[in-house]
Amino acid sequence: MAKGILRAKAKAKGGNTVVKIMAKHDMETGNRKDKSGNKIPANYIQTLSVAYNGKTVMESNMGTAISKNPYLSFTFVGGAKGDELQMTWTEITGATATETAKIK
Amino acid sequence: MKIIKSLLMGASLAMVASAASVSYAATSGNTLATVDPEADRLALQSYFQKRFPKVQVEDYVNGIYALDAPSREQWQDIEEFPPYEFDIEEGEELFNEAFANGKSYADCFANGGIGIRQNFPRWDEAQGQVVTLELAINQCREANNEKALGWKKGKIAKISAYMAFTSRDNVFDVQIPNDDAKAAYLDGKQSFYTRRGQLNMSCANCHVAGANILIRADLPGPTLGQVTHFPVFRSKWGELGTLQRRYGGCQKNVRGEPQKTQGDKFRNLEFFQTYMSNGLVVNGPGSRK
Repeated sequence: MAKGILRAKAKAKGGNTVVKIMAKHDMETGNRKDKSGNKIPANYIQTLSVAYNGKTVMESNMGTAISKNPYLSFTFVGGAKGDELQMTWTEITGATATETAKIK
Repeated sequence: MKIIKSLLMGASLAMVASAASVSYAATSGNTLATVDPEADRLALQSYFQKRFPKVQVEDYVNGIYALDAPSREQWQDIEEFPPYEFDIEEGEELFNEAFANGKSYADCFANGGIGIRQNFPRWDEAQGQVVTLELAINQCREANNEKALGWKKGKIAKISAYMAFTSRDNVFDVQIPNDDAKAAYLDGKQSFYTRRGQLNMSCANCHVAGANILIRADLPGPTLGQVTHFPVFRSKWGELGTLQRRYGGCQKNVRGEPQKTQGDKFRNLEFFQTYMSNGLVVNGPGSRK
């Protein structure tokens, strides 16, 4: 299986699940310039959503204010050890992918 | 006002000590004949143990987080998802990538370059100088017709991070085999205790007397165990950097002209600092504010 850009840790505890995700992404704003003075084209994650059992448990809209290798942490009610989370991200270029993480 | 008082207290502590013309946490002498590295190392440990009786010597590898509880909590949160994780992965790829001539870093280092971080810096008799890990990496590259990497960040930091990671929990045991090596140690020690810059401060002012004392909004870490976690992901940099990147930065912080990265002075300073951390373990790469 190809390695995705998301690294996730999910832990079920007392009826809730705590999820921590770090995305490997440059989050290029489009305002930085390279050595020749040309603007490096923008490419950043626009949305990152996490679903459990088909239902969205977290949805985030990101933008240029989110820095490189974004780290998110959230808790949702529910979730059990061994179950899977579906994490979907989309870039402003249109690229998108869904990655899975197991709840521990 | 509390902050100003704290800094003044740190500065005055330092003045009292240097007035005695003896490094207060390194009781041996300042000349080749009188310097005693082992005595210095034990004196430094004893100094910090007296100041912070509840902290174990082995915990000093975590720097200020061993001394200050609120910072420790924040750091532990960050360590749950270490910001240097990606750098270790990239470092591994870079480390395993062969040179154009077919050889690789594994050919330049003992044990294929795995689990050897604790052997650096070391006195190289043939070269007649201290060799740091980063210097060894670039010497390996040049010996194999590759261009040297920049010293402070990027690829060299990632390779160094991977090599440190494979060496975690190995014990530092810097050797001083002869008088030439001792002279390098002495040079590093003198650098450490010499005031510099417009602010006229030495490394010791902040990292011995000033450890865990507020300087503006920061708490300097103790010099015991200070080098074990490098290279470091520094939040301020937003990326990984080498120990000597920080040396230059610190010198700029006291408004001094930074000395040459991987020049004699910095390598001897790293030699001195690492010797002082002998007995402690490698815990690089690390994350710091």
